[in-house]
Amino acid sequence: MYAFEYHRPTSVKEAASLAGQAEDMKFLAGGHTLLPTMKLRLAGPANLIDLGQIAELRGIERAGDALTIGAMMKHGEVANSAEVKQAVPALAEMAELIGDPHVRNRGTIGGSIANNDPSADYPAACLALNATIVTNQRKIAADDFFQGIFTTALEEGEIITHVSFPIPSQAAYAKFRNPASRYALVGVFVAKHADGVRVAVTGAGSNGVFRVQEMEQALSANFTPDALNGIVVAEDEMNSDIHADAAYRAHLVGVMARRAVEAATRA
Amino acid sequence: MTATGIGAPVRRKEDQRFVTGQGRYVDDFNRPGQAYAYFLRSPHAHATIRSIDTGPAAIMPGVIAIFTGDDLAADKIGGLICGWMIHSKDGSPMKAGPHPALAQGKVRYVGDHVAVVIAETLAQAKDAAEAIVVDYDMLPAIADTAQATKASVQVHEVSPDNTVFNWHLGNKDETEAAFARAKHVTTIDLVNNRLVPNALEPRAAVGEYDPGTDNYTLYTTSQNPHVARLVLSAFIGVAPEHKLRVIAPDVGGGFGSKIFIYAEETVCVWAAKKVKRPVKWTSDRSEAFLSDAHGRDHVTHAEMATDENGKIIGLRVHTIANLGAYLSTFSSSVPTYLYAPLLSGQYDIPAIYCEVDGVYTNTAPVDAYRGAGRPEATFVVERLVEKAARELGQDPAEFRRKNYITQFPHATPVIMTYDTGDYAASLDKALELADYKNFQQRKQDSALRGKLRGIGFSSYIEACGIAPSQAVGSLGAGVGLWESAEVRVNPTGSVEVLTGSHSHGQGHETTFAQLVSDRLGIPIDQVSIVHGDTDKVQFGMGTYGSRSGAVGMSAIAKAIDKVIAKGKKVAAHVLEASEGDIEFKDGRFGVAGTDRSLAFGEVALQAYIAHKFSGQDLEPGLKEGAFYDPTNFTFPAGVHICEVEIDPDTGVTKIERWTAVDDFGVIINPMIVEGQVHGGIAQGVGQALLEGAVYDQSGQLITASFNDYCMPRAIDLPSFQVGMTVTPCPSNPLGIKGCGEAGAIAAPPAVINAITDALGHEDIAMPATPQAVWRAAQKANMPMAAE
Repeated sequence: MYAFEYHRPTSVKEAASLAGQAEDMKFLAGGHTLLPTMKLRLAGPANLIDLGQIAELRGIERAGDALTIGAMMKHGEVANSAEVKQAVPALAEMAELIGDPHVRNRGTIGGSIANNDPSADYPAACLALNATIVTNQRKIAADDFFQGIFTTALEEGEIITHVSFPIPSQAAYAKFRNPASRYALVGVFVAKHADGVRVAVTGAGSNGVFRVQEMEQALSANFTPDALNGIVVAEDEMNSDIHADAAYRAHLVGVMARRAVEAATRA
Repeated sequence: MTATGIGAPVRRKEDQRFVTGQGRYVDDFNRPGQAYAYFLRSPHAHATIRSIDTGPAAIMPGVIAIFTGDDLAADKIGGLICGWMIHSKDGSPMKAGPHPALAQGKVRYVGDHVAVVIAETLAQAKDAAEAIVVDYDMLPAIADTAQATKASVQVHEVSPDNTVFNWHLGNKDETEAAFARAKHVTTIDLVNNRLVPNALEPRAAVGEYDPGTDNYTLYTTSQNPHVARLVLSAFIGVAPEHKLRVIAPDVGGGFGSKIFIYAEETVCVWAAKKVKRPVKWTSDRSEAFLSDAHGRDHVTHAEMATDENGKIIGLRVHTIANLGAYLSTFSSSVPTYLYAPLLSGQYDIPAIYCEVDGVYTNTAPVDAYRGAGRPEATFVVERLVEKAARELGQDPAEFRRKNYITQFPHATPVIMTYDTGDYAASLDKALELADYKNFQQRKQDSALRGKLRGIGFSSYIEACGIAPSQAVGSLGAGVGLWESAEVRVNPTGSVEVLTGSHSHGQGHETTFAQLVSDRLGIPIDQVSIVHGDTDKVQFGMGTYGSRSGAVGMSAIAKAIDKVIAKGKKVAAHVLEASEGDIEFKDGRFGVAGTDRSLAFGEVALQAYIAHKFSGQDLEPGLKEGAFYDPTNFTFPAGVHICEVEIDPDTGVTKIERWTAVDDFGVIINPMIVEGQVHGGIAQGVGQALLEGAVYDQSGQLITASFNDYCMPRAIDLPSFQVGMTVTPCPSNPLGIKGCGEAGAIAAPPAVINAITDALGHEDIAMPATPQAVWRAAQKANMPMAAE
């Protein structure tokens, strides 16, 4: 790890102000991607702004038809939250599948979304649940937020404060883990909303998380596993590595989508 | 059997300190004035070093010194050695290229050592290493085992075609004749995948030099500290043997990877004198992936000949063994004498011929890893036997039974003489525990759920307790493989046992104490086991090859016999009886036929106060040493049965049942033995389903972290059904065969045989990842769940 200046603001305003002044700055949320990268000397920000002491970034709240989760809420807190389990049980179940207990006790929803790792779980949940990402500057629809591998709509110094999820009538997440890293090799989040079904896939796409329009149309007409019969995703848009080539990933998208719908309709 | 004697499941004495964080590992040793070493490693698989400019780095904060290969050469520090000479078929010695501790003009794998920075802190050493400018002239690299001899790349000048040796064993003519008259020949092509050892504790070293006494000390993560001292002094020449103390304290797992003498500890001892400061190096996990000696990496074509009665009559094997970029300490023995002599398996095979081509590549050195050669042999034999049984339409269990060796001793065509065993007994017990007779029903139940169920056998054998010194000497070993022990009885009757074995997870402090408690009739808490320090233990050969029980404990038993003999002399004087009338039983020395006796502790005290005998008649004191050299290898054997269920939609293989019936001879502590079996199976399952080191064509290690290299986790494993059969080993006084490697040897073919049984065809390589199994399932045209 290279030397860096450590800052620990107690308000979003202070954090934004620090970010405006500090050169070569990174926000630190749970740190479960950033810190290992720094330890390996693959990243060396001059300034680290720790968001861990900002109370306004915490909390889980249900208001009307939406569930709002503070950006610094940890995966374990989301997984165990009575509000989440009641409002969007699929989201709690997804959080329970992230990493291991150590990761779940440190990693945060805001950090995961801001990083937009192509194998992370939360981006699929946000996209399928039609979430709104709330920052200290604006509100961004999930469809506009995720812009490719490790790329988001966030501007330099912009801080995610909350994520707001419309409550679906049915939803489920099916994850096929990378055997080694336990990240999603393929993860499919399916959610049925009043205005239709959304299907989001993480881990598989060569350009990060994506929606499968053909599945969405079929499932909007008929929310059953069999509605997916015959639908295949294109191999040439799939990621490929030693664990899974594009053909296998494309196949798994179909299998996991089916399992997600089975789980959503079983519940 | 007493509560703490031989055969008792005594809780491990050492676990109190391990599970409460009180263990002391090499990195826990911090010496006054200690500096830190960081090794600059090659980012390239193969390159000539045009120049190394350490100038800008040398003036960075905290930098004490920067050394390169030139500095080692200037001090006449020798290269690392390979201690086992293998001769090719034509009689020529193996082609050993130079193996400098720091590169001299060339790097040969990613992770090769280019320079070392010694600094006040590790961070400063790393900063300075980044400032070293190395001008590399990149060369093409070869990483592929099968292509190594065909490549235009030359790893070492001594070997133009990258061949280290073309070795063979067995009888070629008889084998050719057997194949000529065979009714059926079964053929298989196998890859034994390369593994990264990944002990929990990474390697580490602290070198220290005392100018006042001219003494050197090395704290190191070693399985065999005396061998390390011998190699460092006699061959590498960093310090005279009598001036070098090597301490291997608590060591967190070895699996073979800590047998070897590496560049890092060599440099730490040498540099400590150069900079007049203790020098510490602790590997991080990334370095461990790159530079710990890897395991396995064979490419094999094998054939098995059977006659009209389904008897195996011949075995023909050709293996290419990747030895990496340099010959590590015992690397040459692993794919030769630890491999081919096991190709007879548990079977009566009259003719066997094996050729092994050892090759250099631009990859990390390959050496012994849990099982070392024997898992590779077992994989060849057990995959072939399973395939042959299927081709002949025979039940795999009964085909094995028909071909088992039943008469002992049995001399195989590949130099081993099996001493004892009852293979059918293990098979019968395993079939029963595995509920084999109801397997077809379970397979049908799985099919109803859209799943593919398969069952796989592995009738493994290993040669352990390595080994008779004369025998290994005749095969090329540079050392003898006996073991030493010293039993020191204190005046209070407590006992310290100094052993040349080394515990790095095996539980010696418990099992060795059980032997002493049992033999001397004293409480186990009156026994201390001392190991891992060359200043305390005079000499020893260390722990590997499942040898500590069979060889190390036999040395202790021999020393205990001498202690008892001396104790009888002391007791005879004290009890005023003739020595011949003294009996030792249940911890007491007594006069036969009388009620006069002394407790062991009373005799110990009398031996030291020496009031009752003249020093001219009998030496005071009670301390005896012994060297024990075995008369044969030991031959643990058994049957493992693996039952899997495959999800054809995803290719995920789930191990539903695991039955292990092992014959380890006499067992000292069944709880520890079961733990060894569990751990071994976990590693074997890791090899079969999860682990595989992958280099790309340019020689970059793709699987260089746990993100891509998949270690077995608890969730990947079932609950094991472990059973035992016992035929005591006749070649050592305790009847022990050894258990440390069995699981890792037995497991891989059991898993792959089960998967291929489920798929209905043979085409699957290790690791059988979900992707590979899915693809194989598709090829098999298995019924798919509706999509």
